[in-house]
Amino acid sequence: MAFIDYYQVLGVDKKASEKDIKNAYRKLARKYHPDLNPNDAEAHKKFQQLNEANEVLSDPDKRKKYDQYGENWQHGAEYEQARQQQSRQQAGASGGGQFSGFEGFGGDNFSDFFQSMFGGSGARGSKQSKYRGQDINTELHLSLKEAAETHKQAFTVNGKNIRITIPAGVENGQNIKIAGHGGPGANGGPAGDLYITFLIAEDPKFKRSGSDLYCNVKLDVYTAVLGGEVTVDTLNSKVKIKVKPETQNGTKVKLKGKGLPLYKKENQFGDLYITYDIQIPVNLTDKQRKLFEELREESK
Amino acid sequence: MANLIATTDICTYHDVEYTFINSLGEAGLVEVKVVKKNTFIPETELQKLEKMIRMHRELEINVAGIEAIIHLLDRVEQMQEEMRLLRNRHI
Repeated sequence: MAFIDYYQVLGVDKKASEKDIKNAYRKLARKYHPDLNPNDAEAHKKFQQLNEANEVLSDPDKRKKYDQYGENWQHGAEYEQARQQQSRQQAGASGGGQFSGFEGFGGDNFSDFFQSMFGGSGARGSKQSKYRGQDINTELHLSLKEAAETHKQAFTVNGKNIRITIPAGVENGQNIKIAGHGGPGANGGPAGDLYITFLIAEDPKFKRSGSDLYCNVKLDVYTAVLGGEVTVDTLNSKVKIKVKPETQNGTKVKLKGKGLPLYKKENQFGDLYITYDIQIPVNLTDKQRKLFEELREESK
Repeated sequence: MANLIATTDICTYHDVEYTFINSLGEAGLVEVKVVKKNTFIPETELQKLEKMIRMHRELEINVAGIEAIIHLLDRVEQMQEEMRLLRNRHI
């Protein structure tokens, strides 16, 4: 295990302030970040060293320890004590604050020098590549009423129980990603993600278009002609609305805010559009027939 | 048709402002779809978008900088491909 001069890695001197270190790190990270250097193993390695150097020098405690024992790290019981203490405090420590730009830049990939001095997850072992687990796609079936309310739902995927909150207003076919709930990673790699597609069953009464709902309302001919009131079912309640005299068959009325909630927008709702379906009376009594005949004569 | 992911979900997950994703969309760096007044990102764009989010958050690069980098990376990739072809020709 060779001593690593973290100051040299970051190109700063030993008296560098926290700000100097941060600036030096940012500058070099921009140069060697894996996203800016695709397929460049040398840059990836350099970036890893930068993370390690920053992990030590940006943390006052670690920096103090490093400065105190530095090159003589192999000769001191203190190191062992420090290592054991660190191991207890942060079992499986990953370098907090380092970039995540490339898989495998966590504490596990820090140098032997770092692991020995500051502890870590131990078993670094072989340099096997880490592989991210597979993404898993699944479907979740909801009724329209369920889609209209924020609610929690539990289900099982790959033998794991998952409980999620489904926000009101979720669309049919909408996808959400639940990070880390896909297949397990290999060689310590991260788990894949779980993608859930919501499938919302058609409702027998309401048709949906975004956050708006549509339905037909039966209206007797007398109310249609003379006007009056009718009680209309909304998705979750009933409302009484006034019917204008001489309402025609197929007339549409908008009930503002009686549609579905807008997805992740609190207190915002779509509208409910009702279409009147005027019912012609059947099985008329003699008196009714006579009155209709009178009406016919009157309207000639 | 590619699966769509709500930008609100992406913002929540990555803790980024919606305006940032919107700016990337306006710059043509990522495809933003509007469906019923809600914005979505096609799943196929997610990897590219997450790379830009990392550049923004980890390297403090603004949208203009990301745009320049993406163009340069595309050119580098093209040149690497050309080099690979030329090398193969000479073998």
